[in-house]
Order: sequence, then structure tokens, then C-alpha cells
Amino acid sequence: MNKDVSIKVCMGTGGIAAGGVEVMSTFEKALASVGIKAAVQKNCSMHKVGCRGFCARDVLVDVIIDGTKSTYQYIKPDMVERIVQEHVVGGAPIGDWLVTDDYHTFHDKQVKVVLSDCGEVDPEDIDSYLGRGGYEAVKKVLTTMTPQETIDVIKASGLRGRGGAGFPTAVKWDMAIKATGPKKYLICNADEGDPGAFMDRSVVEGNPHAVIEGMIIGAYAIGAPHGYVYIRAEYPLAVERLHLAIKQAKERGYLGKNILGKGLDFMIKVKLGAGAFVCGEETALIASIEGKRGQPKAKPPFPVQKGLWGYPTIINNVETLANVPYIIRKGASWYAAMGTEKSKGTKVFALTGKILNSGLIEVPMGIPLKEVIYDIGGGIENGKKLKAVQTGGPSGGCIPANMVDTTLDYESLSKVGSIMGSGGMVVLDETDCMVNVAKYFLQFTQSESCGKCIPCRVGTKRLLEILTRITEGKGREGDIELLESLAADVKTSSLCGLGQSAPNPVLSTIRYYRDEYEAHIYEKRCPAGVCKDLLSYSILEEFCKGCTACTRVCPAGAIIGEKKKPHKIIQDICIKCGACFETCKFKAIKKG
Amino acid sequence: MANLTINGKQIIVPDGVTILDAARRNDIYIPTLCDDPRLEPHGGCRLCLIQVKGMPRPVTACTTPVTEGMEIETTNEQIERQRRTIVELLLSDHPNDCMICDKAGDCTLQELAYFYDIRSNRFVGERRQYTKKDQNPFIERDMEKCILCGKCVRVCDEIQGLGAIDVAGRGFTAKVSPAFEKDLNCEFCGQCVSICPTGALMGKQSVGKGRQKDVKEVETVCTYCGCGCNVTLHVSRNEVVRVTSRPDTINEGWLCVKGRFGYSFINIPARLTTPLIKKDGKFVPASWDEALDLIAEKLGAIKEKHGPDAIGGLSSARCTNEENYLFQKFIRAGIGTNNVDHCARY
Repeated sequence: MNKDVSIKVCMGTGGIAAGGVEVMSTFEKALASVGIKAAVQKNCSMHKVGCRGFCARDVLVDVIIDGTKSTYQYIKPDMVERIVQEHVVGGAPIGDWLVTDDYHTFHDKQVKVVLSDCGEVDPEDIDSYLGRGGYEAVKKVLTTMTPQETIDVIKASGLRGRGGAGFPTAVKWDMAIKATGPKKYLICNADEGDPGAFMDRSVVEGNPHAVIEGMIIGAYAIGAPHGYVYIRAEYPLAVERLHLAIKQAKERGYLGKNILGKGLDFMIKVKLGAGAFVCGEETALIASIEGKRGQPKAKPPFPVQKGLWGYPTIINNVETLANVPYIIRKGASWYAAMGTEKSKGTKVFALTGKILNSGLIEVPMGIPLKEVIYDIGGGIENGKKLKAVQTGGPSGGCIPANMVDTTLDYESLSKVGSIMGSGGMVVLDETDCMVNVAKYFLQFTQSESCGKCIPCRVGTKRLLEILTRITEGKGREGDIELLESLAADVKTSSLCGLGQSAPNPVLSTIRYYRDEYEAHIYEKRCPAGVCKDLLSYSILEEFCKGCTACTRVCPAGAIIGEKKKPHKIIQDICIKCGACFETCKFKAIKKG
Repeated sequence: MANLTINGKQIIVPDGVTILDAARRNDIYIPTLCDDPRLEPHGGCRLCLIQVKGMPRPVTACTTPVTEGMEIETTNEQIERQRRTIVELLLSDHPNDCMICDKAGDCTLQELAYFYDIRSNRFVGERRQYTKKDQNPFIERDMEKCILCGKCVRVCDEIQGLGAIDVAGRGFTAKVSPAFEKDLNCEFCGQCVSICPTGALMGKQSVGKGRQKDVKEVETVCTYCGCGCNVTLHVSRNEVVRVTSRPDTINEGWLCVKGRFGYSFINIPARLTTPLIKKDGKFVPASWDEALDLIAEKLGAIKEKHGPDAIGGLSSARCTNEENYLFQKFIRAGIGTNNVDHCARY
């Protein structure tokens, strides 16, 4: 036996939450124990890697023997010993624990650019990144390209800002190169705040060097000697790995003075955000770095004219910057060949909600939504029916099930009343109430509004109040029209993107599910059976066998009745938790 | 200079001024609650949203600089609808107590409510309610009436250089507050009171003493120091109830705690209104001529008997430079001694 063995354990936040640290240390112990090294003989190495997307199957472990990769799913520490003995030593993979076919279908339609090294490289080891071509793009631009040529490549690639608005990156950089002044700043916006979104988090956790490399190239292109990464303090692992990556890059001469001896000076500072969603807005982000209250300012002046500390500043999102090294390495035409005419390349989405395969995915722009839901996502959980897909987080909208042919690109999404956003994608099924969904997002935007401008501060509060009363069965005639009218005014008169887009979930749900709103208001009924105040449970005497199963699960003691005789729910005591409904085997509980 | 049109009217304004400034210079009204020409533009109240030809969205007139050839529309159906909604939203979170508010008649929010004829409110809902009263001696802070225009915060930071208050909290519950929501403990210059567009900030001594429409305004100069700030005394029922200063004066409307709030001495009975001369161990009122004659006589006698250096003069920072100059001249040239000093000399 003379083998080359490599074991990779998913240690993104998802992997760690599923027990990745314990799995990793059990592997290390097992491999260090007497006999294994001798049995395996040659090179046997352990690697922690970042998220590879399929978080629902964590902990995922790759065992690679002489280049042949086997991936295990749902690995717990007590399974490690057997893997080591049978697979690493014995050479026979354990078939029952390997990933199943759907793991492959999950990946088949994905095209990985930004995530291509996530789950492959060790994010805490720069050599691992260098081994996969890392920092080659920096070498290429510094030795063979002028700043303008660098921008031209990005322009030809068609890369647009991945933070949500889709502004062409090269146009932004072009403005920055023309801006004059003694100083310029390049800021990487890692203040990802949409509920359920973890794209940027996974990239920084899984491959921080790609972000740093993108920043160095950006800094060279626009002539900015100073960089900042503004990252949420709620991402401790990402922050830790980012700090480590910056330190390693500095040690190897990729950051600091006279980078690679080519005369470029660039250093990156890390600034932690204190948990305000609005600080993802660029002027609020700048204020926050400056130590001021994180609230937006009116534009103009734009940050590229007057940004951080008054100097020209460019702010790019994590995913945008992480695309850059790959574009430089593989060429603009390679990148532009993916996607649609106006939306090039790929986009990372955080696929969550009522979907079978939740996780992090990267797909080419222009892919039909239904392929994401049914092929990659594996369809809806528990055999339920798809109702809608919410994209773009609290700033986005809902795409109804009958429009799953919609393609995922900036233009198509905007046409159906939603947005690309930063990449949140929440799948809703028939048990989701759309009024309640709108209320959920408004609760978020209302509590995250900074309070500076009136339409957002008071307007979102009033929108939320109207939605709340509708879900409580207190909706009034005219409420839908009032929502539409107020939403339109909040949209056009708010100061920043938060307020301007906060009404989107309301407007898009009214647009496609007006009948649900009407049912709540006029019939005092929640068609999806979600809004508790519009719900009651009762027992159908003809079906009830008197088995008492319901009385035993009722936490409120609201069900009475003698054994083997029909039972009854006392409405005043019932808390509408639905436990009886779930428990009854005879379909004797009526919900409605 | 830039040529532009506002509502079809051709105007010329200096380069770099804001659209709001350009409109004001030409008597074109654009409503605003958060702008003051003496402060940095804020863009928070959104009332000054106007439409500029070629721009995809309405922009705030207070923050947008003019450019050559700009075509601006300050009012149309859409703009007015938005403004009305904004005022209505503000009123939905405002105590409906104009009848007993000291600011009534002098309140920008009330004016806007009148202008937009807001009687019933479509957005009635939860209202911020704060029970805690600030115990500071000078400034009545009623945060339920605050519309968060941020003028007080900016004047404290930009003009007074103090930063005693800032916005705390988020969204609907955002609130202007001193650090840690303690009571206000600052210089009490009252710049914030002077600039507040609603009744959220008032001088404590003025509360209940008469509304703006009932007072007589008397222009005068502050007597507290040599700066000579212009002040306006607000007189009601023969009593000074409030002191303000107009923005178009030499001090641009800014005052200090003494000038703004130190006026209660005016009506105190113990205040001296004539000179007093001590006769038989008791102070007796006298005329200025009598008093000055007595001083001249005594100074002359001392100088004759003990020489000029037996006399010294001490002057005051409450006098003007000119008065202080004359005083030292009198002591040096008139009396003949260098024994002269001033309370503000270190």
C-alpha cells in the first residue's frame, strides 16, 4: 500500500453547527493513533474546508484516495472510526453512508465560479488557495496589464454588482479611476443582512483569499491604496478567517507596500458592523466606518465623488469581488459566455424555505426558476404544492407558482415585480399565507429602518399595522387600496434603498394574491390556515372515535369528552396550536 | 452662474447652490421641515422632493445642487400627493393637542397640516408615548412632539460644537436623546429650542406665558457681554416671556444661555434702576448727576491727598471694547495711574 489520502471536512458555519469540529478532531485522533499511519503509509492529510452548499446534508466529508473522491453525508463522530478502518485503511467506501443520487442532481445544474474553490480549499491556509491558482490573477494584472486594461476586461465580462442593484462593476471602477484626490478607498461590503441569506458569509468563510485577491485587483484598477472590509460582527467565523487570510496575504507580499515588487501599495482593514441592516446601504456603511450613526445620506454626492472621510470611494459586494480573480484568470469571454445578454456570469443563491434540498447554490444567470426549484432543490418538502418563491429578501417580491418559467436574471425578475437582490430565495408552499409573508418582511424592515426619513420611519410602521389588522381579522374595506397607495408613496419618497424597496413584498403579494387579502378582510378567513385569529378547530362528531389522542396532546386542556364518545373543543380555551389536528388519525378535527 | 428653469420660470443663480436655495432666492415656495440654510443639508423630511427633468426619481431640493440648464418642477399632482402623505404620517404619530400647545400659531407642522387640509387621518395607529420628563432647568423636551427632523442634533454638533444630543434607537422608536437617555446636561445655549419646528423643544420659563401671536416683539441688544448679540424680547402683558434672535442678525440668531434664558432679572423687584448713594448708613436713590458729582469729588480728593497711584480701576467683560478702551484711557490719562485691569484678564 502506498497511497495519497486526503480527507476534507466541511467546516463552514453549517458544517460546524452539524458537528464538524467533533468530526474533524475524531478523524485527527483516529489517524494519529498507532497503526493507521503505518497502515496507510504515505501522505495522509486532513483539511477543513468551507461550505460546499448542501448544508442540509452536513457534516459532509470527502475521502480522496489517489484522486478518487468519495463524499459522505450526515457524518457523526461515532461513524469516523469505521470510515477510517474500512475506507482509508481498507480501501472500500461504505456505500450506505455515501451521498445519494440527489446530491449529484443538486450539483448537476450548478455552475460554480465564485464557489468553485469553496469546499475545496482550506480557508485557513493560503497555500491551499495558491495550489489552485490563487493570486495568479494579481500577478497577471500587475505584470501584464494597465489599470485601464483591467477595467476593460471587467467591462467585457459584463460583471454587474452582486449586492442587489446590479450596477455594472466596470462603470463604477471607471468613475473611480477618473476621480482625483490625494486618497481613494475601496470597500468590500460584507454586511449581508437579508433574513435567510448566507451567500457572502459562505464565500468569506470558505474562500477569503478570493475576496482579498478581488480587492487587490480592484485597488490596482482604480488606484486606491486603502481598503476596508465592512463585515457583520454576527459572522465570527468569517471575521476570524478574514483576519487570518489578510495576515497570510501580507506575509506573502500580496498586501502591504510594493506588492510583488510591482510598486502597488494596498492594505486592508476590517471594520465590524454592529448589526444594523441599513448599514449595508453604502452611505450608511461609510458613516458607520467613520464612527457616526449608521444612517444614509442623500445622493449626490455619490461615494465615488465624496465617500469615506470625504475621499472618492468604491463599494463592491463580496460576491462581486470574488468573481474578479476568476474573470481575470480565465478571461472576459469565458465569463460573458455564461448568462443572458444583459446579465452575465453566475449568481449565488441561498435556497431556503419549504424546499427539499436547502443550501447554497450557484447557477448561471438566466436559468429558469423551475430548474432551481425542482432539479437543484429537489422539489417541495413533504409532497406539498409550490405556492410562490420569494427572491431578494425584504426588498424583493414573490413570484407565484404559475410563473416558475421566469428566468433568473436582473431584467426578468424586475419584470415580474421582484428583484435579484443579494441572492435570498425562500420557497413557499400551499401552507404559507401571503398576507402573513408580507407582514413578516415588513416587521423586518420596520425594525431595521434607521428612522431618518419620515416615509420609511412612520410609513412602514403604518403598512405593518394595516397588515397586522388584516391577519387578525380586523381588516376593513379599503385596506387593500390604502396599502397600495401608501406603499407607492413610501417607495417613491423614501431616502434610501431600504425604504424605497420595503413596500415591495406588500405590492407583489397584493399583485398576485389579492384574493387572499380579500378573503382575510371580507370573509374573515385565512385560506392557507395560518392566521390564528381567523382560525378555529372543531371536532366532527361523525368521525370522532373517542380515542382521546387529542386530549392527551392538547397543551391547553381544551378538549373534553368521554372515552369512545365524540369529543369537543372548548373554543375559549383553545390556543389554536394545531396539535390535535396533527394527531388525529381519523381526520375528525376540522380546521377553518 | 447657472441658468435654470423652475416651474417654467427662467432664473439665474450662483453655481453650487442647492435647488431649495435657488427657489428661495426667487420666492418659489418648497415646503420643508428639516432644512435650515445655516446647517448642512439633511434630506430627511422628504417634503422638498421635486422633479428634475431627466432624473428617474424625484430628488430632495435641499441636497441637490443646481446644474446648468436644469428644468425643475416643484409641484405637480404626484409631488403634492406624496407631501400630503408625509404630513399625514407625521400627524398620525403626533399628539393632537394644538389647542394647548405653546407653539400653536408658530409651528411648521401645524402650518403644513393647514395647507394640506388634513382633518381626518388615514393612518391612525400607535403613537409614541414617553412619560419621562427631563429635569434640566432650562429646556422643556416633549419627545412625543418631536418629528425627528434632526435640526437640534445638527445645530448642537455643527454650530455649538457640543454634540450633547443625538438620535438613539431605530425606526419608529428612534428618539433624540442625550447620552444614555439621561437628563439633558449641556451648556443650555438653547440653539436647539430656537430651531425646533414644532413644540418638542421649548424654554421652560416660557411655557404657558403666551403664544407667539399674543406677544409684542422688541428688538434690542443683549447686555450680558461685549459681543452685542441682537435679541428680540417677546413681551406679553408687560412681561418679557421669551428671548429669541433673528437669523438675519449679526449673530445669525445664535445666543448663549445667558442671552436666551437669563432674562428673569428684568422683572425682579430688587433690580437697581437708579444709582444709590449711602447716606447715614443707608442707600438712598439718587440721580446720575448726583452720583457722578460725588464720584468726581471723592476721586479728586484722594488723588490730591495720596497721589494717583492710590486709585485703581477695574472694568468688566459686560462692557464693549469701546467702553473698556475709554475706561482705561480715563484711568491712565484722566487719573494718571496704570492701576487698571479687567475681569476677563488672566
